[in-house]
Order: sequence, then C-alpha cells, then structure tokens
Amino acid sequence: MEKFVQIENVHMVFDTRGGRYVALQDVSLNIRQGEFVSIIGHSGCGKSTLLNLVAGLYAPTSGVLLASDREIAGPGPDRAVVFQNHSLLPWLTCFGNVYLAVERVFGDTESRADLKRRTREALALVGLSHAEQKYPHEISGGMKQRVGIARALSMQPKVLLLDEPLGALDALTRANLQDELMRIVATAGSTTLMVTHDVDEAVLLSDRIVMMTNGPAATIGEILEIDLPRPRDRLALVQDAHYLRLRGEVLKFLYAREVKAA
Amino acid sequence: MTVVHMSKSKPKAEPEIITEEEPLPPSAPVVPPPSPVAGPSRWKLAAQGLQRNAVPPMFGLVLFVSLWAIVSVSSELPGPVKTFDAAVKVFSDPFYDQGPNDQGIGWNILHSLARVGVGFGLAALVGIPLGFLIGYSGFLNRMMAPIISVLRPVSPLAWLPIGLYVFKQAQPAAIWVIFISSLWPMVLNTASGVTQVPQDYLNVARVLKLSPWKMFSRILFPAVLPYMLTGVRLSIGVAWLVIVAAEMLTGGIGLGFWVWDEWNNLNVEHIIIAIFVVGIVGLLLEQAILLVARRFRY
Repeated sequence: MEKFVQIENVHMVFDTRGGRYVALQDVSLNIRQGEFVSIIGHSGCGKSTLLNLVAGLYAPTSGVLLASDREIAGPGPDRAVVFQNHSLLPWLTCFGNVYLAVERVFGDTESRADLKRRTREALALVGLSHAEQKYPHEISGGMKQRVGIARALSMQPKVLLLDEPLGALDALTRANLQDELMRIVATAGSTTLMVTHDVDEAVLLSDRIVMMTNGPAATIGEILEIDLPRPRDRLALVQDAHYLRLRGEVLKFLYAREVKAA
Repeated sequence: MTVVHMSKSKPKAEPEIITEEEPLPPSAPVVPPPSPVAGPSRWKLAAQGLQRNAVPPMFGLVLFVSLWAIVSVSSELPGPVKTFDAAVKVFSDPFYDQGPNDQGIGWNILHSLARVGVGFGLAALVGIPLGFLIGYSGFLNRMMAPIISVLRPVSPLAWLPIGLYVFKQAQPAAIWVIFISSLWPMVLNTASGVTQVPQDYLNVARVLKLSPWKMFSRILFPAVLPYMLTGVRLSIGVAWLVIVAAEMLTGGIGLGFWVWDEWNNLNVEHIIIAIFVVGIVGLLLEQAILLVARRFRY
C-alpha cells in the first residue's frame, strides 16, 4: 500500500499566552505500509508535534491526516506510541503494563489465557521474560523503554509511533536497543514513524529520513531515501561509503542548511 | 534508660577487641580479623543509630516530665508520680460498667473511636468521590470553590447547634460535627491529586482508548491514591482533635465526657491521664495511616 499513512497540507497553530504560534506549516507526507520513516530536525522544529498529530493526541488546525484511508480523529490503539519517558504505570508490573494494552485490544475476542500468552510473547520479543513480575522502579531505563516497546507492539498496531524512544538512554544501551529495535520491527513488519535527533540512529534504522526545517512555521525541508540493503550491520556500515555519504547528507542539512543558533 | 546502657557498653566492647587482636597477629594474622571486625562494627552502627534516634526523644521526655514535676511542686497540679499511680488504677480495670455515667477508660476510648469512625467513615464516603468529581471537572471545581472556601475555615464546634437542631439528639450531632470537620481535607487532597495525574499516564490512557472504568481503576485511582491517603490522614487527625470538644458538649460515654465529668469531680489526675490517652491514640491513628500510605508510594 503506497499511502498507508497520509499527511496532507497539515498546518498546526498553537494559541499560547504569547499569541499564536505556528508550529507546522503545510506538511505533506505519505508513508508506505511496512516502511520505517524517521523525522529529524533541531529541537523546536515540530517533529514531535507531527508525531502527536499522527497519534491523534492533537488535531490539526487545518489539513487532513489519514491512516489506512480513514481519517485520524483521535488517539487509538491502532497507532501505538512509545513515549520518550517510557510512561509505564508504576503501580503495575511489566506484565501488568503490557497486559493492560493487550486486554484493551484483544479482550473482547480472546480468552484470558490467550491474552496472557500475547503479553508473554511481547515481553519475550524484547528479551524481558525474566522481568515480567518486576515493577518499573526495579528495572533499568533501557529495560523500561523495552517494556514500552513491548506494550506498543503487543497491540499489533497498524502504525508504530516512536517519540525519541531511545533519547533518554546512555550511548551503549542506546546502540543495543537500536539493533534490537531493527530486529523487532523487521520481525513484526510494522509501519513505523520515529522522531529522533540522532543522525546515526536515523540512517541505521530508516527507509526514508524526513528532515524538518527550523521552527516556527517548520515544514519538511528534504526527504532522503536510505537505500542501504537490509539486514543492516552497525559495524559493517561504519566503513560503507554509501552509508557515510547518506549520513553526510543529513549532517549537511542539519548543520549547513538549517543552522540553529545555540 | 536502656539506650543509655547501650551507649555506655559500647566503649567497653572496643578495648576488649583490641586486647584480643594484639596477641593474635603473630600466629594467624589473616583469618581472624574479618569476623571480629564485622561483629563490633555492626554493633557500633546499631548503637550509633539508637543513639541518634532514641536518645534525643528520651531526653525530651525526661525534660518534659521534670518540668511537669517542678510545676506540680509549686502548684496544686498533680505531679508525674501521683498521676502515674492514678493511671495504674484506671487501667487496672478498664472495662468496668457502673451505669451510664461511670464506665471504665476502655469503654470511653472505644466509644470515642466509634464516633470518630462513623463520622469519619461518612465523610470519606462523601468526600473522596466528591474530590474525584471536583478534580475531574473544571466546572464543578469552580462551582464548589466558593462554598468550600467559606465553609472550610468554620470552627467544627460552630456546626454543633445545627446538628442538635436538625437531629434533635446528642449522638448524631456529635457524629455530624466529626463528619463536617473531617470532610474538607479529603475533598481537597483528592481533588488536587486528580489534577496532578501526570500527563504521561493520561496519554497512555488516551492512546489505549481505555473504557471509563479501566481509566478510573487502572490509572486515575492508583495515581490519586497517595494524595487521597494524605487527605485521610489529615482528616483522621482533625476528627480526633474535635471529638473531645464535641463530647464535652454533647455528653454520652467517651473521652470528652470523661474529661468533663472528672473536672466536675475535681479529679485532675484523671484529666491529665485523658490528655495523654487522647494524644497517644491520635498518634497511633496517624502512624497506622502512614503505614498504609508507605505501601502505596510508587
């Protein structure tokens, strides 16, 4: 499906105390089924706003958003979000957090045993079977984020939305989780939209990178096709000329064209 | 008293170890040190902890009792010893029953607790749901704000005549006073808890499109619970504070009535005992709630 997610002429204006703030101006983007698209840009470029629009957490000021030919009228479990700060409920175990999502999506049609099986499978997919009965405060930041990913994937969403999912993690944990994310998304075949500010992460994971201009009135500056063959290997890519050229393109956009005053 | 003994025994223990260690090094220098070192250091830590946490309160108590003794010597106030003797007598038979105006201290405590329990329980039944509603709906919040602002600072006892007039009886009037005075902390803390549920959790609920019941039971209620328990703790405190005054005015069996009755008998020892009993029961109530609240701190 060529246009699994359609974003058409979307404008987003916030009414703040300081007056009207134009966050996004005339953004149009189509995402194919099974595609992995990253949005990259300097902070304040409205990339999270765009993701929240697809999630349905915001409604656009003007323009239309569609997911599999249906207008996005609000949030729903067909568009699962992995939030930057994991957003696990501290009073539920890892199992409980995932089960809440599984129960919501499949509770009407499946037996309790099936729901539990789905929950366990989702946690196994992110390698956390051993931590099922742990509470969020008992596990590391990387593990929490993996539970967040398991929760999102367990819903079998049409679209997986990742809002800087690894942004709060240290570099080593982050690289590990990038590799895992690549594997998990390939296994699940999910259509994915990820917001990031990490150039390597974007090039490594994406089929396309959407580069946003600086706000206010941010819009899509360039779209870069990442035609590196899959599966991708982090170490092999380090010396791959094509990888380096693509990476250079993104860096050029961010630091030569859209210079951000610090 | 025991604490003082402990800290005294500590320096005694230390030289013992040194004398033990001195002859040892030539024969077996490596093996013995760990166990003797681990032993006393743990004792030392325990003694230090005890010294830090138990000695100052003990000191405070001793100071308090001495001041009381000094004051009692220079006035007609019963001193600590006289009061203690009276307390032993009072507590030796706490559940005697010689008619409605002469019952044991145990009955008085239980009756007061029952009144507080009923009044506070009713207040919780009304106040906690009301708090959720006020926190949830901005309209209700603005609607109730002026009413609560005006009624909250009113002294609990000002409500007593209204209760007497409406219920025509002392017992429900006392419960009414407890109800109205312990209502506000629960309403306000629960409402404030609802408004402070982190946006992250609400976003999770929105993305999952949880049903209203799941939204309440899995997200709202657990998130608000710590705030609610703070309200419950404050409410119990207020309720217990008010019970003595309410019972003084309404009569019936209870600590407040007992205080007033002993005042009429000019039995000042018993009044002092009642003050301690009220204080200690209040402390226990608060600690019990704190214990529950600790369980729900995420």
